[in-house]
Amino acid sequence: MKTPKIKLKNVHKRFGDKVVLDGVDLEIMPGESVVIIGGSGTGKSVTIKCILGLLTPDVGEIEIDGQSVLNVSHVERNAINAKIGMLFQNAALFDSLSVWENVAFGLIEGQGMLASTAHDIALEKMAAVGLADDTAEMSPSDLSGGMRKRVGLARAIAINPEIIFFDEPTTGLDPIMGDIINELIVEITQNIGATGLSITHDMSSARKIADRIAMLYRGKIIWQGAVEEIEKTKNEFLRQFINGNSEGPIDFETAII
Amino acid sequence: MSFLQLTGATILGFFRAVGHITHFTIVAVSHCFRPPFYFQLIWRQIVEIGYYSLPVVGLTTVFAGMVLALQSYTGFARFAAGAESSIAKVVVLSITRELAPVLAGLMVAARVGSSIAAEIGTMRVTEQIDALTTLATEPFKYLVAPRVIAGIATLPVLILIGDVIGIFGGYIVAVYKLDFNAAIYLKNTWDFVQFVDVFSGLVKATVFGFVTTLMGCYQGYFSKGGAQGVGAATINAVVSSAILILILNYMITAMFFGA
Repeated sequence: MKTPKIKLKNVHKRFGDKVVLDGVDLEIMPGESVVIIGGSGTGKSVTIKCILGLLTPDVGEIEIDGQSVLNVSHVERNAINAKIGMLFQNAALFDSLSVWENVAFGLIEGQGMLASTAHDIALEKMAAVGLADDTAEMSPSDLSGGMRKRVGLARAIAINPEIIFFDEPTTGLDPIMGDIINELIVEITQNIGATGLSITHDMSSARKIADRIAMLYRGKIIWQGAVEEIEKTKNEFLRQFINGNSEGPIDFETAII
Repeated sequence: MSFLQLTGATILGFFRAVGHITHFTIVAVSHCFRPPFYFQLIWRQIVEIGYYSLPVVGLTTVFAGMVLALQSYTGFARFAAGAESSIAKVVVLSITRELAPVLAGLMVAARVGSSIAAEIGTMRVTEQIDALTTLATEPFKYLVAPRVIAGIATLPVLILIGDVIGIFGGYIVAVYKLDFNAAIYLKNTWDFVQFVDVFSGLVKATVFGFVTTLMGCYQGYFSKGGAQGVGAATINAVVSSAILILILNYMITAMFFGA
């Protein structure tokens, strides 16, 4: 059996009295694209932040390539993060830097590459996400939401990561731009052969990006399966979520934040 | 909540905050000494914190010197005749020991502390600090260390310039308004001032530079909750650095001149 690229085993995380993750188990195989769906405040972002090392789980184990990534030194953590690219919800571009400096950031600061070499790679990656050369010197604050997402995507793939995380990739975009970004995500992850983990509550985005879908509810993965299976599922929670009904077993009022 | 519970909660909260800040300080300082160093960022912060604070420091100290000369002239006239020779001494002593470091330090705390807290706080709430980490860059090294180093390096220089401008302010009032002899005024200033007067002021400046930049970074780094959180971080940065400046000012003065 192959080693999973990412493995979460019984991950628990609480903030004060609020239990956010209550025993998450998930395995993602190399080259696979998994989408975690779930309502707002069900712990999707916390899951990704735990894998990235931005948060530390209270209980449980997280492995990347079969190696535990918890309790590692700063140097080891940076080496792990060098394998990971992340597209943030609102792109999280550095507004003190120009567009190309944002894209090249991981190459220059993380890998110590020369700025001139990194500049060429940045332009190449920008072209891959459909950004023209003349945007390179612009400031991120001058860009539209869709373009910021593209820059964020170019920054995430600049280091040729083995794993890419997408945090709500279509949030804040119009449906057409959302679809363009979805297609870019599929195309790019396939081109560089990366393993993908996305979190979203946008079902059309999930259907497009995912090989496999997992649903997170009250800090647990309550359903997972291939993307085709969601249409014929009998799971009441999942059916309510994908159909977007207000009536059903999901109790958002008391959902754990 | 009973009185005892309230007291306990307050005391525990205080110690938690002190521990939190101490931990932040230790991590921040350790990153100031370990490579890699971002020289370009340090230089940018030196310009931002030092050079751009010059006008406000100059304005503060020149008026402090001017008002000091005027006040001591009219004040001394009440109880001593021929107090003219004291004016220069009062001005140089007050400016170098107290007024330049404290007044300018407070002005810089307002100007620099707030801008650092707002900038880092915005980076926190827009996930830019998380993004730094995912791009294998240590936020302490990239954001905190350059600002703290620049604060420590530039404040003494700023205050030294402030000393000169403040004494010049006193000179202007004494010579052009009170008709003192310029040469005698300068001679009184120069003869009276000692190394320790200026030196203690510069030690204060170094400490204030450290405290101001550190508090700005700390408040910004842990800000949360969007625009409101950044606003709160900005206020806390200015208030906490101002309070620390006033307390530390007393302690350093006691250290140098305490009997």
